[in-house]
Amino acid sequence: MKIAKHTGKRGEKNPSAIRAGKTGSHKNPGKWMANGFLLPSILGVLLFFVLPFFIVIYYSVIDNPINAEFVGFDNFKMVFENAAFRQAAFNTMTFSAIAMPLAVVLSLLLAILMESKIPFKSQFRTFFLSPMMVPIASVVLIWQVLFHYNGMMNEVIGWFGKDKIDWLNSDYAQVVIIVLFLWKNLGYNMILFMSALSSIPKDILEVAVLESATPMQIFWHIKLRYLSSTILFVTIMSLINSFKVFREIYLLKGDYPYPTMYMLQHFMNNTFSKLDYQKMSAAAIMMAVVMVIIIGILFLTENYFGKDVEG
Amino acid sequence: MSLKRRDPAELWSRRLKRRKKIKNTRRMIRILLGTMVAGCFAVLFLMPIILTITNSFMSSSEIAANYGQVFATTDSGGKVFISSKVNLKFIPDMVSFSQYVTVLFKSPDYLLKFWNSVILVVPIVVFQLLVAAGASFGFSRYRGRIKELIFFVYIILMLMPYQVTLVPNYLVSDWLHILDTNWAIWLPGIFSPFAVFLLTKYMRRIPVSVMEAAQIDGAGEWQIFTKICMPLCKGAMCSIAILIFIDYWNMVEQPLILLSDSNKHPLSVFLSKINSGEIGLAFAVATIYMVPPILVFLYGEDYLVEGITYQGGIKG
Repeated sequence: MKIAKHTGKRGEKNPSAIRAGKTGSHKNPGKWMANGFLLPSILGVLLFFVLPFFIVIYYSVIDNPINAEFVGFDNFKMVFENAAFRQAAFNTMTFSAIAMPLAVVLSLLLAILMESKIPFKSQFRTFFLSPMMVPIASVVLIWQVLFHYNGMMNEVIGWFGKDKIDWLNSDYAQVVIIVLFLWKNLGYNMILFMSALSSIPKDILEVAVLESATPMQIFWHIKLRYLSSTILFVTIMSLINSFKVFREIYLLKGDYPYPTMYMLQHFMNNTFSKLDYQKMSAAAIMMAVVMVIIIGILFLTENYFGKDVEG
Repeated sequence: MSLKRRDPAELWSRRLKRRKKIKNTRRMIRILLGTMVAGCFAVLFLMPIILTITNSFMSSSEIAANYGQVFATTDSGGKVFISSKVNLKFIPDMVSFSQYVTVLFKSPDYLLKFWNSVILVVPIVVFQLLVAAGASFGFSRYRGRIKELIFFVYIILMLMPYQVTLVPNYLVSDWLHILDTNWAIWLPGIFSPFAVFLLTKYMRRIPVSVMEAAQIDGAGEWQIFTKICMPLCKGAMCSIAILIFIDYWNMVEQPLILLSDSNKHPLSVFLSKINSGEIGLAFAVATIYMVPPILVFLYGEDYLVEGITYQGGIKG
C-alpha cells in the first residue's frame, strides 16, 4: 500500500515525464487510450448501479409511479413505522452488533495462535479456510440435523443434564446464526490478520524485546497499533458479511423464520414480491445512508487511533 | 569432600541449564496447548463438511431411519419435529452409492439445477475479470482527481450490502426487460466493482518505471496492457477469479429476486426446497455441489490466501 502511494506520486511528479509532455492530457493520446480501457466498466456501473440509484431516490419521494406526486418523506415514515421493518432492522442490528466484535476478536486470536510455533500450520490454515469455500446450501442439511429439537446439540446438552432447547424456533435462534456466521467467516478474517501480523516491522519488535517489554505490552502497544487498519477492514467486511447471513436463515427456515431471525433481506424479499417500489426504495436508501454513516465512523476512529503509524 | 566449595562457574552453568530446562518445558507446554486449541477449532470447522460427505454414502433407507423426522415438511415450508431421536452418524452402516446413481442417472432435475449454477457463474467470473482488467489498467495507468473520485464511488458500491444494490438492479432489469432471464444475474455480476477494486490495488503496485520503459521502447497502451500488465497480474487474476467464483457459486439473494422462474434457479436455492420424499438424495446433491469449490480450493489455496491479503488495507 505504501509502495503504491509512493510510486503513484512519483509518477505524477516525475520530471522526465513532464519534459516528455506526458502530463498534459491533450498532448498524450496514450492517456486517452488508457482511459478508454475504463469505459466498459464505467458504463456498466453507471447503468446498473449508479443511475438506477437516482431512480431509487426518485421513487422514494413520490406516492406512486403513475401519479408521480411529490410526497417528501412520507414513504420513509411509512417504512419506518412498519412493524416488520422495525423488527427486521432491530434483528439485523443486534445480530451485527454481537457477531461483528466476536468475529474480529476470535479471528485475531486464531491469527495469533497461528503466529506462534505450532506444528502443522499449513494444514490448520487449510482447515480454517475450508468453511469459506463450501457453499452454504451444502452444509445447511447438517446444521438442521445438529440444531434440530432432537438433534446432536440437544443430545450433548442432555449429557450435562440440561433441558432440550428448540434451537431454531426460540430466542436461541440468534445464537445459532451467530455460530454459523462465525464458522463461515473466521478463516477469512484470520488470513487478513495473519498477513497484517507478519508485515509488522521486525526491528521494532526486536527493540521492544531488548527494552524488556512483556509480550502483553508488545501486543497492546505495538502490534495493535499496526493492526488498526486491518481491524478496520475486518470490521467492515464482517459488517457486510453479517448482512449476508440471510442466506443461512433462508436456506434453514424459508421466507418467514422465527421472529428473531427475520432480517432486513427477508423484509426486502417480501416487499419485492409485492412490487411496492416506494417502500423498497425508501428502505434501500435508509440502509445505504446507515451503511455510509457506520463506515464513515469506522474510518474516523481508525484515523484517530492509527495516525502515528503508516499502515 | 562435600565441604569443598564448588566452582562458581560450574554452579552458574548448572543454574543456566536448569533455567533452560524450565523454559523448554514451558515452551513445550505452550506449543502443546496451542496445537490442542487449533486442533479443536479444526475439528469444529471441518465436522459439518465431513459429515455431509460421509452421510451422502448412506442408502436412502438408512437416512430415512436416522434423520427422517428432521426433514418432514409442513405446508408452510418450515421443518418440524414429528417423532423420535435423530441419530447423527459419522460413518454409514453400509457404504452405498445408490444416492449418487439416482442423482446422476435417474433424476435429471438436480443435474439441470447444477448446470444452471454453472451457466450463471462461469460467464460472470470470466467477464467480470475481463472488464475489471481493462478498468483497473485505466485506473492505475495515469492517475487524476476525477479518476480517484470514480474509484471512490466504486469502493462505496462494493461496500453496499445486497439489500441496497438489489433494488437498483431490479429496476434496471425491469426497464431492459431482462427480468427472469439469466441476463438479469449476469450483467450486474459482470459489472460488479469488486474485481476492479482488487485488481486496481494490485496494479498500482507495479512500478511506473516498468511501463515507462516500455513506452520509451515504442510500445502503445494496448501493448503495455497485454504484454506487461497482464502477465504481471496473472497471479492476482487467479486469486480474484477464485474469490468471485466462491461468491457467486454461493448466491441466493439474486436468483430469488431476479429470477421468479424456479426452473432457472441455481442449485444453491433449489437445495433448500428438496421435499421430504427425496431427503436421501439431499446429502448426495449437497456433496456434488461442494465438489467444484473444493477442487478450486485445493488447487488454488495459495492464490485464495493471496487474494484475501490484497483485500486487506482498504485505503490503498
